[in-house]
Amino acid sequence: MATSDLKPKDPDLYRRIDPATGEYRVIAPGQTFKSVTEKIVRIVLTPDTPLGWFAIFSVAGAVATMLLVAVTWLFLKGTGIWAVTQPVAWGFAIINFVWWIGIGHAGTLISAILLLFKQGWRNSINRFAEAMTIFAVVCAGLFPLIHIGRPWLGYWLLPYPNSMNVWPQFRSPLLWDVFAVSTYATISVVFWYIGMVPDFGTMRDRAQSQIAQYFYGLLSLGWRGSVRHWMRYETASLLLAGLATPLVLSVHTVISFDFAVAILPGWHTTIFPPYFVAGAIYSGFAMVLTLAIPLRKFYHLEGLVTERHIDNMGKVMLATGFIVAYGYGMEVFMAWYSASHWEAFMMWNRMFGPMGWSYGVLVTCNLAIPLTTLWSRKLRTNIAFMFFISIVVNTGMWFERFVIVVTSLYRDFLPSSWGTYRATKWDYAIYVGTLGLFTALFLLFVRFLPMIPMSEIRMMLPGAKITPKAAAKAGD
Amino acid sequence: MLAEFDTPSDLVRAAQQARHDGWRRMDCYTPYPVEEAAEAIGFHRNKVPLVTLVGGLMGLAAMFSMETWVSVLAYPLNIAGRPTYSWPAFIVPAYEWTILFAGLSAAFGMLALNGLPTLYHPLFNAPNFRDGATTDKFFLCLEALDPKFDLVQTRAYLASFSPVSVVEVEY
Repeated sequence: MATSDLKPKDPDLYRRIDPATGEYRVIAPGQTFKSVTEKIVRIVLTPDTPLGWFAIFSVAGAVATMLLVAVTWLFLKGTGIWAVTQPVAWGFAIINFVWWIGIGHAGTLISAILLLFKQGWRNSINRFAEAMTIFAVVCAGLFPLIHIGRPWLGYWLLPYPNSMNVWPQFRSPLLWDVFAVSTYATISVVFWYIGMVPDFGTMRDRAQSQIAQYFYGLLSLGWRGSVRHWMRYETASLLLAGLATPLVLSVHTVISFDFAVAILPGWHTTIFPPYFVAGAIYSGFAMVLTLAIPLRKFYHLEGLVTERHIDNMGKVMLATGFIVAYGYGMEVFMAWYSASHWEAFMMWNRMFGPMGWSYGVLVTCNLAIPLTTLWSRKLRTNIAFMFFISIVVNTGMWFERFVIVVTSLYRDFLPSSWGTYRATKWDYAIYVGTLGLFTALFLLFVRFLPMIPMSEIRMMLPGAKITPKAAAKAGD
Repeated sequence: MLAEFDTPSDLVRAAQQARHDGWRRMDCYTPYPVEEAAEAIGFHRNKVPLVTLVGGLMGLAAMFSMETWVSVLAYPLNIAGRPTYSWPAFIVPAYEWTILFAGLSAAFGMLALNGLPTLYHPLFNAPNFRDGATTDKFFLCLEALDPKFDLVQTRAYLASFSPVSVVEVEY
């Protein structure tokens, strides 16, 4: 069908919809190689940082300082300042760890899995989604380190020849975690950096100040855009994507093993690996939306991060949300079908016990609100609504981990050892502090690094098409 | 000798013709990957996948043998009577290290094969190169090392593709 056959009602909407697919355009029309480059470079290479940036950064920095205070106090006093004790021996530390790692997963999904599936729309959002991954992993990695009580001995987790003559126990999922998370952090950083090298080249060439030229020149490793380099670069990117895909699935699988190998009702299930991975992606996409929506507004990137991106992310959340819903359903079903008294009691207690309110929050935030509304395309492209949904899902996914950890532990097999869990102010200080650290790191990233991959956006512009005249000659 | 083009199609056309006319020491410079240009100058395959495979196998072998050595010989632990050589449990860290080594090999192997980091390159001296090569211009470089190279004729030859400009770069 020719474009002229379409009779749009709203000319503005028509501009934003691609007649070939009927979907929203990935990139708004009228962008050229130069305009895209200028737009992205100018955010970084401007001498005047927006005042709003300083305002948010100072708030985030203050919150991150609170983290510093809380962690200092923790190191002085020990983990006794937290609420973890018997029977709930795993509290906020593991909840926050799993939550943050899960958030990170959407970044890898966007950069790796969608690259393999040739989803062109990912190109505008993959860089900052990857940055989000790295900062989320930074926040996540903090928790296992600080919760071990004597964090200066954290290197004991690694297998190395030592004078004590002991070695780690390789049959424990907790040790698998060490390798899974450290590999994940390393590969994410490498993937992110390699992705930025050509853009650093652009920054080096566009920079006016000596310092910026020197700084980006070093980071660009002397990138000059030779097609031979580009071809090796593309191969390496695809391979890294291919490697990151099984990696990201394995990381949350291994984390779910931390729970699933225990014999505790509520943890001991085989549904955990897929259900954890889907939940991770669900919350991760929510976090990408939480970051992308203010960013595109603040830096006027509506032409590059379009309604199409928001719409597609809504669809991914809908799909993963239903996998999560299946996970919840299967947990309830197995509690009944197992005919195990303990399992059934755990599920009853989780829903209607003294901490049943947390299960209510989880069902409301993860199922009731998003899974009913995200069907509507109108709502999926309503920016304010999607921002709201992203906050709701992030809250819900935090409560999912809270429910799994706390409601499985606080009333176990022996009624005489039942207890409860009430987080202390230090628990909250550290959790909120990591939110500040995450925001502060993200703001630094937005200020100093190219947040949208320029070379990949250029590939998608109409100017990048090779005309048939050239292609016809290729046969010689 | 460096010719500048406005569109990727012009570049690909020129590169194909140059290759057809017997040029071999040449390269194209583009602000984003242009696969057709690589084809045009006869660059079809690269060694990055091989490097990645070797790296991955090294990671796998290193971790699996370390786990076996630690658990069976160096520090045998009896965990609920399970065999010291619990290979299914060893798969998980070995899998992670396969990915770690393969990923690092892909990234650093790619850089090494590209000869990066090289912070200096003669092309950066060309007056128009840094202005366009990483933004919106497409360059074809015929190098002086090619036996067909001749200062006057090559300039005329490149000019026949009607580029934006042809400049000589000191090598």
